Amino acid sequence: MEGPIQMKDIHIEERVVSDHKAKITARGVQVYYGTNHALKDVDVDILAGTVTAFIGPSGCGKSTFLRCLNRMNDTVSSARVVGEILLDGEDIYDKRVDPVQLRAKVGMVFQKPNPFPKSIYDNVAYGPKIHGLTRNKAELDEVVESCLRKAALWNEVKDRLQAPGTGLSGGQQQRLCIARAIATSPEVLLMDEPCSALDPIATAQVEELIDELRSQFSVVIVTHSMQQAARVSQKTAFFHLGNLVEYGETGQIFTNPKDPRTESYITGRIG
Amino acid sequence: MTVAATNPMPTPPAKATHSLLVPNAAMGRRNAAEKRFRAYGLAAIAVSLSVLGIMLWSIFSDGLSSFFQAKLTFPVTLSSEVLDPAGNGLREEMTKVTTIGYGKLLTAAFTAELAAKGISTEGVTDKQLAEMISKDAPGVLRAKVLGDTSMLDQTITMSVLAAGRIDGYLKGRVTMETAERDGNISPEQLQLADRLKTARILGSSFNTRFLTSPDASDQRPEAAGLGVAILGSAYMMLLVLIICVPIGVATSIYLEEFAPKNRWTDLIEVNISNLAAVPSIVFGILGLAIFINFAGFPQSSSVVGALVLSLMTLPTIIIATRSSIRAVPPSIRDAALGVGASKMQTVFHHVLPLAMPGILTGTILGLASALGETAPLLLIGMVAFVDNYPSAPVEGFMDPATALPVQVYSWASRSDPAFIERSSGAIIVLLVFLVVMNVTAIILRRKFERRW
Amino acid sequence: MTVLVLVVATLVIAGVGFFLGRSRALSGVSGNVRDLHSLPGYYGWHVALMAALPAFGVLLVWLIVQPIVIERNIGSLLPAETVADATAFKLAVADIRRVAGGLDAAVLAGALTEASAAELTSGGTDVRAVLAGVGVALGSDVTNDTLLSAQMYRSMTATGALARMIAVLAVALAGLGYALSVTRAEFRARNRVEIVMMGVLITASSIAILTTVGIIWSMLSESLNFFRQYPATEFFFGLTWSPNFRGGSDLGFIPLLWGTLYISLIAMIVAVPLGLFTAIYLAEYAGPKVRAWVKPLIEVIAGIPTVVFGLFALVTVGPFLRDYFAQPFGFGNSGASVMTAGLVIGILNIPFISSLADDIINSVPQSLRDGSYGLGATKSETVKQVILPAALPGIVGAVLLAASRAIGETMIVTMGAGASAKLSLNPFDAMTTMTVKIVGQLTGDTDFNSPETLVAFALGITLFVITLGLNVFALYIVRKYREEYE
Repeated sequence: MEGPIQMKDIHIEERVVSDHKAKITARGVQVYYGTNHALKDVDVDILAGTVTAFIGPSGCGKSTFLRCLNRMNDTVSSARVVGEILLDGEDIYDKRVDPVQLRAKVGMVFQKPNPFPKSIYDNVAYGPKIHGLTRNKAELDEVVESCLRKAALWNEVKDRLQAPGTGLSGGQQQRLCIARAIATSPEVLLMDEPCSALDPIATAQVEELIDELRSQFSVVIVTHSMQQAARVSQKTAFFHLGNLVEYGETGQIFTNPKDPRTESYITGRIG
Repeated sequence: MTVAATNPMPTPPAKATHSLLVPNAAMGRRNAAEKRFRAYGLAAIAVSLSVLGIMLWSIFSDGLSSFFQAKLTFPVTLSSEVLDPAGNGLREEMTKVTTIGYGKLLTAAFTAELAAKGISTEGVTDKQLAEMISKDAPGVLRAKVLGDTSMLDQTITMSVLAAGRIDGYLKGRVTMETAERDGNISPEQLQLADRLKTARILGSSFNTRFLTSPDASDQRPEAAGLGVAILGSAYMMLLVLIICVPIGVATSIYLEEFAPKNRWTDLIEVNISNLAAVPSIVFGILGLAIFINFAGFPQSSSVVGALVLSLMTLPTIIIATRSSIRAVPPSIRDAALGVGASKMQTVFHHVLPLAMPGILTGTILGLASALGETAPLLLIGMVAFVDNYPSAPVEGFMDPATALPVQVYSWASRSDPAFIERSSGAIIVLLVFLVVMNVTAIILRRKFERRW
Repeated sequence: MTVLVLVVATLVIAGVGFFLGRSRALSGVSGNVRDLHSLPGYYGWHVALMAALPAFGVLLVWLIVQPIVIERNIGSLLPAETVADATAFKLAVADIRRVAGGLDAAVLAGALTEASAAELTSGGTDVRAVLAGVGVALGSDVTNDTLLSAQMYRSMTATGALARMIAVLAVALAGLGYALSVTRAEFRARNRVEIVMMGVLITASSIAILTTVGIIWSMLSESLNFFRQYPATEFFFGLTWSPNFRGGSDLGFIPLLWGTLYISLIAMIVAVPLGLFTAIYLAEYAGPKVRAWVKPLIEVIAGIPTVVFGLFALVTVGPFLRDYFAQPFGFGNSGASVMTAGLVIGILNIPFISSLADDIINSVPQSLRDGSYGLGATKSETVKQVILPAALPGIVGAVLLAASRAIGETMIVTMGAGASAKLSLNPFDAMTTMTVKIVGQLTGDTDFNSPETLVAFALGITLFVITLGLNVFALYIVRKYREEYE
């Protein structure tokens, strides 16, 4: 993260994504919270090795959909999910699937940095420990170090791994949460507005990190900021009032939206 | 952040991924741990609730019978020879006949009735026969006759308490085996009791005296009642209400609305929260040392009990009142101040009425906990044997009295097992009062609950 | 005129004052309320308060001072050695009061006339018989000194009551007159009334402080009295407790402390796991319906008076433990035991711990749970590794508060633990606690000058210090950890 950070405005790059195969396939997904129909009939393919952005105004269902992908909605008692979501061809809502195991494969980073009230080391080691991924302390140390490196946090915290994670700055906390999420070696990483609680410099650091993570994980990011979606993603899905309005290449969505609602949103008329 | 065509995406590293549909061993272990943990939680709740159930069941099964009492019913001829030796029918002269005389009359009438009905008294001495009638009965008959001297020489049907052991036999507490070892009752008396029951002389009926009579001595558990205790508790609750509500509300208003942030205020706050956690017995010591030894209030009086209970209850009431005052939104205060009301007017005209339901609920709950409090009352002498009703308020507040929970304790510490039944019965009465108070509080809360 | 009548009379004056003040204010502006500084009611209240408050103040001071003055005067009639010995003097004064009360009753019942009561001598009449006739039983015959003092006591009390009445009513009327004289349209009645009300509020809120001062003062002074008669080191480090009201008692505190701590330990072993698991289940697992039913049911336990638990210990738990555990395994045959009392106090404390812990667990932010579930942790893993560590300070505080309650619990130990002070490890032995002995030494006939009675105050203040220390420590821990995580 050395050198000046350049903030870019909407500037769409050429992207090559078509040769990646679908990691997650969602068909006909509906979500109800009690009697509220929060998500209506969503079909999406999330590609491997790709950053996919979900954009849309508040309450449009983008976070709801994200939480379906690792069955976090199970923890909300009133939520009901209908439809089919396949991860590598396997239905994640199948009765035989343990949501706990699924969440190890589909990691999640939340809107507000939420480090556990434990040391930095224990925060990262938490996932590997509960899933029994390492055989001994040395291996665990290795995993912690490599995850902190991948999260671009190692240099800042290597001397104080036993300090509480809650004592870090906001940006550092969010990177710690990313390190914690990738420590279970997930295949998909879900990010729910990961930068909304951060200042611009921390945001830029996290965005750069997301781009690097793409080489190992499929990343799905929910964001309020269209600039951010344009900067980090290759594919973009636009949600509005519980409907998936448009899904396509990020460049195409921002420069040549097919649906008038997408255009209104991008040009700032709704939102 | 440049991803150009010249830099093709690396494919994700191949991982030995398990299918989600195939259960793995580690997950089995973790899910078993999860189930165990959940079961611990359920077990904890089950244990707590079943102990509660066992406790209530044991109290109700021991205590419900105290509301029913064995009674002997037989005709008594109120012979004027015995009851009015002077022969002039004057009440003053008749008071010279003591309960011993009435006792003899009752025994004679009882024996005569047995003979008339042809019930054999085999194996039962005359003394034992007399002892089957409660020692309480002569006093009752005497009061009745002195209340209406015109009954002289008439034959009336008396329904008198049977002795405690006979009552225990009907309720299953006393058996033939225990009677063998008991000096106060013999198996023959119990057999006679069976015959009396068949002859409908001995029977069981609802025991209103349990709720109205004063306490009775160790010798006659069958006559012991809760009258003084209920009255004493009622006096104390009334006084606690009169003392606590104004002081509690005034304190809360001051602390919530007026108190400046300074050391004095902090001191008050710290004191209130600490007093809420001081063991109740310490308040008893305070009551004994200050109200009785220093201020000279009479021992065992309801006023001292009420003062002690008030000091204990104040923190509860203050905490409840403050939270309901705090729940009144500031916009109401702003509105009142905005039309030119003084701070005091704002509080008394707007904030206090809106906080009233909460204050009321908190007060009732505070009173309920005061009603069940025992330990401090022991120290101020309310455990003493009191067989006179306290007089009517206000003088009655100074009279010796006892309280429901204290009566439970003092009966529980007597040796005759018949008092355990009484004690459990007293708890039932106490619990009925508590349930009524709590339900009232819940209803009030439901009715007036306001979401701002 | 009794105090009650005097109070009522003053209130009547105040009530009349209210209407006078109100109408005077209104007549001053010929009924035009807008010309008044305050609402008319405030003028009324001002007059009423000015009439009542100073009068009540005088009454209060009088009630405190008069007995002291009378006692001092009676002292002059009693023999010098009685006055010198504080105890004997107290007893003599109590005697005089009883005789005086008896004479009052006799006059009231018509057995004596007012004049004959004043002229009664112990030589001429059997005073004891006369008083017994009106229902006042005296322990011994009345000496001439006592009778004379009692007569003097009566006459002084009567004079005092008369003077009191005149003084109080005069002050009330003077207050009324003053307040009426200042009642004018521009008079700031509301501000005056509000100042008085503020004073009332402040006084009321100071009662909490007065109570604490009262607790400490009452226990401290009697404890010091105790330590003058019994060495403090023998009390605090003595290993035997065997009070003997004829003197020569051993009043060692250690066996009582041991009993108290042992019982509290067992109580905590019962209450902490049960309370904590109950709270965890209710907060993390139970659905809203189960919660709505189970939580109030658990809290019912907290609403049941402790004497009920005491009877439960005495009648059910004690015999059960004795018949199924203590006797078969040779641990003794006492129904009252440390185990009995400990188990029952533990049950009593379950709702206390569970409702505090429930609040604390619920206040752990949802984001931490999400973070843990998002990593694929199960609920139990989340509870054990994230929620409990985060809630730990609060839970430690709750446990300490519960321990302080267990230590101060009285009725359950009085009825379930026994009364023999012992240093034993066997949990099925009957042992005793500080609270049991406070009750034991202070109930029944007590002589407030023997160390056997006064020791209760020393026990009381020790108990107060221990529980206060635990409470303060609990709050300190909670605060310290909270700062760490914020």
